[in-house]
Amino acid sequence: MDIKVTINGTEYSHDVEPRTLLVNYIREQAGLTGTNIGCDTSSCGACTVHLNGESVKSCTLLAVQADGEDILTIEGLADGETLHPMQESFRQCHALQCGYCTPGMVMAAVSLLKENPHPTEREVRLGLEGNLCRCTGYHNIVKAVLHCAAGDGSSNGGGHNGGSSNGGGQ
Amino acid sequence: MIPAAFDYVRASGLDEAVDALSQHGDEAKLLAGGHSLLPLMRFRLARPAVVVDIGRLDDLKYIRNEGSHVAIGALTRHRDVETSDVVASKAALLGEVTSHVGDPQVRHRGTIGGSVAHGDPASDIPSALLALGAVLVAVGPDGRREIPVDDFFTGFLETDLSPSEVLTEVRIPATEGAWGFEKFNRRAQDWAIVGVSAAVRADGSTGVGLVNMHATPVRARAVEAALAEGADAAAAAEHAAEGCEPSEDLNAGVDYRQHLARVLTRRALQAAGL
Repeated sequence: MDIKVTINGTEYSHDVEPRTLLVNYIREQAGLTGTNIGCDTSSCGACTVHLNGESVKSCTLLAVQADGEDILTIEGLADGETLHPMQESFRQCHALQCGYCTPGMVMAAVSLLKENPHPTEREVRLGLEGNLCRCTGYHNIVKAVLHCAAGDGSSNGGGHNGGSSNGGGQ
Repeated sequence: MIPAAFDYVRASGLDEAVDALSQHGDEAKLLAGGHSLLPLMRFRLARPAVVVDIGRLDDLKYIRNEGSHVAIGALTRHRDVETSDVVASKAALLGEVTSHVGDPQVRHRGTIGGSVAHGDPASDIPSALLALGAVLVAVGPDGRREIPVDDFFTGFLETDLSPSEVLTEVRIPATEGAWGFEKFNRRAQDWAIVGVSAAVRADGSTGVGLVNMHATPVRARAVEAALAEGADAAAAAEHAAEGCEPSEDLNAGVDYRQHLARVLTRRALQAAGL
């Protein structure tokens, strides 16, 4: 079946099998491999992208369901060389260890702040319920989202070396 | 994992969906948000020959205050139920229960109709529908019919819907009465090991719905009867597991589920001011 999808502002047209999952389409046909496949059971959130501005698990959609829709992946978040404030906050707060969950975690976090711009710590934890970090790096992930929500996610330096007490630069 | 191959039909209207189902019978499955069906298809636990996608039937996406009840189109997403002012004021229990379904990504896609039609005995929403006394509206080749929620869940993953019927609307009798919801699980985003909804209905009676305590979601009728006879929350909740045949799995044995049902029911009733 022929589908047309806009991903990160670019229109893609492909003939897909109906059973093609959106995540496989994004990675293999559109060639955007920033979106990871994790658990394959709708649990881990590594494959999170935005569909019409909202976070979804792209392993639990068929590509044909996204026909005509607007998709944003991790590759579309930065403005050229300037990181999105959430990406910058993750960097500053050391919110990634192995990095595998990071694209999905960032996309989920951006969607969360769109719906709730000033969440409490608990709301951040509940809002990221659908994303698992096998490194269990949640402490700094939550800190990064709060940091971004506080509005200083895009500032470089200024003493924001993560403010983390773990002392470990990467 | 990728689902087995199937023929894909994108319905552009309700009639077309009913026609496709009538034509293919048991071989066809409806696809709404896909958050119950697609996981089953990926594991090849479901291998429909035909998938009828009703996800674009925008006529079935609405939440309306109809005075005596709140009418929710079957394709309304969990996120829209969870954030609806109408639901918050006239069916607040349902809004709260819906906010416990899956996780935010799941709630951005999953629909109330898809969840209910799937008939999973452990899913959250049926507990609220049972407590509130919902009515399900279905359309099939023989027209439209209304199904009281008490008659809707007929077996494990089975409902009263025929293979050629489409669930179109969920009607919740309006109530501003107090309510309580308790969901017990061990990990984020898991299904309830046991879940309980309690609601004071508009007529002053109390409805109690249990999930994951039986092959279907069930009313805790013995609890309701005890309350009607004047029992307090603690005494009424002692009856919570009566008539239930809970399953045993990795999370809980039968005794433990029965215990959970009693404790969670007491808490839900107390939260509802009983």
